[in-house]
Amino acid sequence: MSRFEFVNRSKYFGSLVVVLLGLSLWGASDSDWELEPMKPNLRDKDSLQRGLGLYVNFCLGCHSLQYRRYERTAKDLGDIPKDLMLESVIFTGQPIGGYMRSSMSKEDAKHWFGAAPPDLTMVTRVRSPKWVYNFLKAFYIDDTRPFGVNNKVFPNVGMPHALLPLQGFAVEDCFGYEAVDLLELESILRERKLEGILTRTDRETTFEPLKPKELREPNCPELTTIPDSGLYNVEQFDQAAYDLANFLHYMGDPSREIRTAMGGYVIGFLVILTIFAYFLKREYWKDVPKSPPRLRKEHTSEH
Amino acid sequence: MSESLENRGFIARSMTWINERFPWTPTMEKHASKYYAPKNFNVWYVFGVLAFVVLIIQLVTGLFLTMNYVPTAEGAFGSVEYAMHEVDLGWLIRYAHSTGASAFFVVIYLHMFRGFAYGSYRKPRELIWLIGMGIYLVLMAEGFFGYLLPWGNMSYWGAQVIVSLVGAVPIVGADLAEWVRGDFVLSGITLNRFFALHVFALPGVLVVLVFVHMVALHHVGSNNPDGIEIKDKKDEKGVPLDGIPFHPYYTVHDFFAVMVFLILFCVVMFFAPEMFGYFIEKPNFEIANPIATPDHIAPVWYYTPFYAMLRAVTFPLFGLDAKFWGLVVMAGAILIPVALPWLDKSPVKSIRYKGRISKFMLGMLVISFIVLGYLGTIPPSGFGTATAQIATLVYFSYFLLMPWYTQREKTKPVPERVTGGH
Amino acid sequence: MDETNSSPVTRRYLLIATSAVTTVGAAGAAVPFARSWTPSEKAKALGAPIEVDITKLKPGEILKPAPEWRGRGIVVVYRTPEAIERLEAENRRLADPMSKRSVQPNYAKNSTRSRRPEIGVYLSQCTHLGCVPKYYGEAKPEQFDSRWKGGFFCPCHGSKFDLAGRVEKNLPAPTNLEVPVHQFENDTILHVGVDTEEFDE
Repeated sequence: MSRFEFVNRSKYFGSLVVVLLGLSLWGASDSDWELEPMKPNLRDKDSLQRGLGLYVNFCLGCHSLQYRRYERTAKDLGDIPKDLMLESVIFTGQPIGGYMRSSMSKEDAKHWFGAAPPDLTMVTRVRSPKWVYNFLKAFYIDDTRPFGVNNKVFPNVGMPHALLPLQGFAVEDCFGYEAVDLLELESILRERKLEGILTRTDRETTFEPLKPKELREPNCPELTTIPDSGLYNVEQFDQAAYDLANFLHYMGDPSREIRTAMGGYVIGFLVILTIFAYFLKREYWKDVPKSPPRLRKEHTSEH
Repeated sequence: MSESLENRGFIARSMTWINERFPWTPTMEKHASKYYAPKNFNVWYVFGVLAFVVLIIQLVTGLFLTMNYVPTAEGAFGSVEYAMHEVDLGWLIRYAHSTGASAFFVVIYLHMFRGFAYGSYRKPRELIWLIGMGIYLVLMAEGFFGYLLPWGNMSYWGAQVIVSLVGAVPIVGADLAEWVRGDFVLSGITLNRFFALHVFALPGVLVVLVFVHMVALHHVGSNNPDGIEIKDKKDEKGVPLDGIPFHPYYTVHDFFAVMVFLILFCVVMFFAPEMFGYFIEKPNFEIANPIATPDHIAPVWYYTPFYAMLRAVTFPLFGLDAKFWGLVVMAGAILIPVALPWLDKSPVKSIRYKGRISKFMLGMLVISFIVLGYLGTIPPSGFGTATAQIATLVYFSYFLLMPWYTQREKTKPVPERVTGGH
Repeated sequence: MDETNSSPVTRRYLLIATSAVTTVGAAGAAVPFARSWTPSEKAKALGAPIEVDITKLKPGEILKPAPEWRGRGIVVVYRTPEAIERLEAENRRLADPMSKRSVQPNYAKNSTRSRRPEIGVYLSQCTHLGCVPKYYGEAKPEQFDSRWKGGFFCPCHGSKFDLAGRVEKNLPAPTNLEVPVHQFENDTILHVGVDTEEFDE
């Protein structure tokens, strides 16, 4: 809850958010940030289940999956028991047969963010699993933005970095660590009413500057995560981003697995039928006398 | 009639009973077992049957989609996703319909190309050609109305752009566009009327036209790759010497073709239903948003050649603006094949016996159509527009120069009897 | 292609084989359409099992308001010991006293048509034309029956059911009231529409 109180405090801030989001949410086009490859794997049920866990903890607060029911998801992700679903996945008090809606009302969302956070059921089909994976990894600290963070894949994105407690602070490498006095940074983030996220990390905040200060360059091509600033290390966070993207890939087209399996059988059957059809055709056409071969300029003789 | 009915089998007696009341056997004979088709059909002659198969697929899957669809701005997108996520095998029916839409145009374009190449539009088949063009136009409208129904963002903006085109008509344009939409913007009201047209009116027209198309064809008989009238040479029983009964010879032949087609259809439907964004465009997985245009609006691939021609017109003329002339060019490009039977003055029908210029022009037509089709899918650019302008000229010159080059060129002698084939 | 003459036998077998495979294919093609008519996830979610709190249910009464499952009312009746005795004794007026022709789970195929003798769970839908039978729980003369022993009376066409939902003879309703699948989680929670067999009865 406290996560969302922040935006309500200042009218000025609210209107700023509205304006910036109005510009950013739809105006943003693809950046030239190079996307790392990402290969989804729907057979990896562990990954999908971890993705589901991450999603309901960090994303579902704002982004609904409104075309999907918990029950079917539990079934598809490897028959997760009902009790477990009710205990650790469904936080909104919905029945297990209910849609995976966010707990935030549309009016509140519009008021806070300027536009309702989009439903993500089919985000991997609008974008791609690869895009989602890279997007999640591309947040970095940017004190010029209303939520204190920016994104390399989706520049000026109008949302906070929901996975910040897991990833910790990512900074533009060329920016230099010295400029990122973390205590100062944290105070900036607090000022931007992000303590809702920060308090979830429950960690010490003492860091040494790691690198001499360099000149700040625009479009810095490198991001670095400050070690131990989040709950996860870099590999763990990469895995988390992968799991989320993989889960959303499942979500976008839940029939994919059965579709390809069924396709194999149907096409196999049709091939058999086609073979029969071919021999039947050949048999009947034995009745038909052949016409003389086509006359061509180049080959006037029979082939 | 004098022979005793009791001595014959039950089926034979039943057939007699029916035939006294309905011309079943004569109809079957006229259209199948005694319909004599040239024996030298090649692979280009299967697309008519395939188009018929796709029509059936579309009618049946469309019927079942309608059972889950909600034709309102609020409910449409959700109801399609309901069919995709919640109805048992609903995704299969939906993908069959979306794949079928593209498959329809694939086979129709190939079917039309066959007509271009072998002169199927020439006397005495002008009316078959005109009815076929009617089918094509209805099909384009059907595809256009249908594309709005999922109420995705590309549905919305695609329809928005095309309806706005109507606004280019001088004087009454703005009012006309408003009348088509039934609203000041594209809205649920527009969706309702497009829905009615897509599922009720146009399929009906389409079925009637297809029926008439086939009646006309079976009246005059099929053309063939040699462009020879097989009815000119008949045996003593009046059977064309180069004709074979459609049934069983072409039924088994076409059955085989249909199976091969269904395999290809299923490969797309099961393994690549979006066809990399060509059959279902990515922004259509987002709900329609009247305040946010997708980054790049492109129609579905089957309209892109004409869309590219529309965009190729970038200059005003005679005091009317480019938008209007773009509309004229696009409409002209779609409609000009109607005139083919009267533009082609060649003494021969088939491309096999036409001269070099005809062959060259037909090749250029195909190339320009493909180039325009590609250009229509990508965002406009200076080079792209220039290329599209040239390709548009090439496209139109095929038709407009036809009276000249078909008379001027030297043709090859046409054989007496059909050649080639199976 | 070789020009060998056609063989009528081969042709016949090929025709039969191709027709057979085609028939299978056509049947297969009908499957998606038929299956799309089965209850969707949405319908299933709306028809999911329900939990009923029966704490407030008192002997001789039915649960109010009637819980709803799959769009139909469920009557949960708490029978008194005397009523149970009567159910076990009297059965001459009944059309199907042993519930041979009626619909119920096996555990309700007994004289009280229930898992627990005192608590009966029935669909409140007359097996004649689907009206909702009314509850007349007390054994006293009623307008419609001077020898009424308690049970349900259908106002539409006068069918009478005893407290176990068993129908009386020579009345329009052919069979006893349907017993839905159900289970008792404990003495206060009843599940309708599910039997996981995890709770001892």
